[in-house]
Amino acid sequence: MTASETTTKALSFEDIGMIFPDGTEALQDVSFSVDRGEFVTVVGPSGCGKSTLLKIASGLLQNTSGHVSVDRERIGYVFQDATLLHWRTILSNVELFAELHGIAKNERRRLAQEAIEMVGLDGFEHHYPKSLSGGMKMRASLARTLTLQPPVFLFDEPFGAVDEITREHLNEETQQLFQREGFAGLFITHSISEAVFMSTRVLVMSARPGRIVAEFEVPFEYPRRPELRFEPEFAELSGEVSAQLRGAHS
Amino acid sequence: MTAPNTAETGASESPLPGNNDAAMPPTPYRAKSRPRVLAETVLPPLVMGSIIASLWYSVSYIVLDERRRFLLRPPHQVVDVGFLDWDNFSEILWGLYSSTRVAMTGLVISILLGFILATLMSQAKVVERALFPFMVTLQAIPILAIVPLISFWFGTGQRSRVVVCVIISLFPIIVNTLFGLQSADRGMHDLFTLHRASRLTRLRKLMFPAAMPAIFAGLRISAGLSVIGAIVGDFFFGLGDVGIGQLLRKYANNLNGEQLLAAVIMSSALGVTVFLIFGWIQNVAIGKWHDTSDSGI
Repeated sequence: MTASETTTKALSFEDIGMIFPDGTEALQDVSFSVDRGEFVTVVGPSGCGKSTLLKIASGLLQNTSGHVSVDRERIGYVFQDATLLHWRTILSNVELFAELHGIAKNERRRLAQEAIEMVGLDGFEHHYPKSLSGGMKMRASLARTLTLQPPVFLFDEPFGAVDEITREHLNEETQQLFQREGFAGLFITHSISEAVFMSTRVLVMSARPGRIVAEFEVPFEYPRRPELRFEPEFAELSGEVSAQLRGAHS
Repeated sequence: MTAPNTAETGASESPLPGNNDAAMPPTPYRAKSRPRVLAETVLPPLVMGSIIASLWYSVSYIVLDERRRFLLRPPHQVVDVGFLDWDNFSEILWGLYSSTRVAMTGLVISILLGFILATLMSQAKVVERALFPFMVTLQAIPILAIVPLISFWFGTGQRSRVVVCVIISLFPIIVNTLFGLQSADRGMHDLFTLHRASRLTRLRKLMFPAAMPAIFAGLRISAGLSVIGAIVGDFFFGLGDVGIGQLLRKYANNLNGEQLLAAVIMSSALGVTVFLIFGWIQNVAIGKWHDTSDSGI
């Protein structure tokens, strides 16, 4: 990816460096970009600065060097925790972003209802978060972000806390959402199979300070079926990513 | 207990439409039958109550001889003289009414003042640093020590009593409200930052709702304290409208043991009532989303 190309991309990082006030260097010379219709996953050892990258992309953190270009107006950002407001019902939680963006009541209700159906939470609109399982809370969090119809969608290890089966379901659904909405997706995880299953491209990040040390194109056609996980090509690619990741650990 | 002990198991299992990861409705694993629950909740305090009553009787009749029985009148005499004699009882009720009015006025002022101060403190660390030490100091003043000062400044009427109530009940409201306002977690604040919420929106849609459980905890404490404040104030100022505090003093001076005990029981009943009312309001307001522990009344 050359620098001249990146201007047309939905999200691009150029030589991003991040040194925290306490002197910790979290990121070093990170450059890559994500276009609409691309789903890029960054895998890396924990504490390597993956999440920091998303905070920089969203503007929650200011990078100390380099340049980010992205339209932050309707940026989608799903956190590790569902961060639902526990005093609001699911419906009203999903409406929150539209509400903060000043969208009229009828319109935001419609958007929320649509998003809730998209993640398969219909019937739970009037439940409070405390009565939902971890996976369902995560769906609600996804729905909340979907109401913005974000051109850029950041995922910060959103399925790290749910059980394996639920995680696989959510991976399949996220992949469907990606296909339908066509956003530029940037996904952070430390699960290789999750990364390979959903992405068009997988980037491997080194231990701190985080640098991109390898890049893999994922050739599989969408929609990807659950059985893909057991095919030899999938295993082979996962193996290669894993080898790079192990190298990145040391 | 004649009712059969039929446990309603299985009723809590509801099929969930179209989802793989099931929601767990917060229902108990095995429902107990109603009479049994009733027996388990009502019986223990009933037994304890009878033990206390019999201890009371034995002190009145066995420990104390005839001449000294005025120190602790037996329960039935307290009921006869304090509660069933309408003249005596209505006196206590009027006193109670006067003290309740003082307590509620004080509480309302405390709530308003407490909310405003806590909100200011939550908005700027400087304000918190400036105010907090003085709040603690105010809280630490033994109320008896400044009663004379209060009477110099505000006289000995209702106003002074309200001031005592406010001094006593303000601190828990401020501390709990402030703690509550600061309790919304980092991620939630990030959401509001991400979507460029204004300070006011953040306060209204995030910080205040997040603070509700803590605010109610503070209210319940302060409500009880303001009742105590009203009675203490009335007891010491002793002029103007006759509240329960003045009655307590009068009965004590006249050695009216029965009425004294009746007045004490009624004052504590007032405190309990106020506590229950706020618990009920809390349950109505936030019970749907907040897991209030069932240990609280």
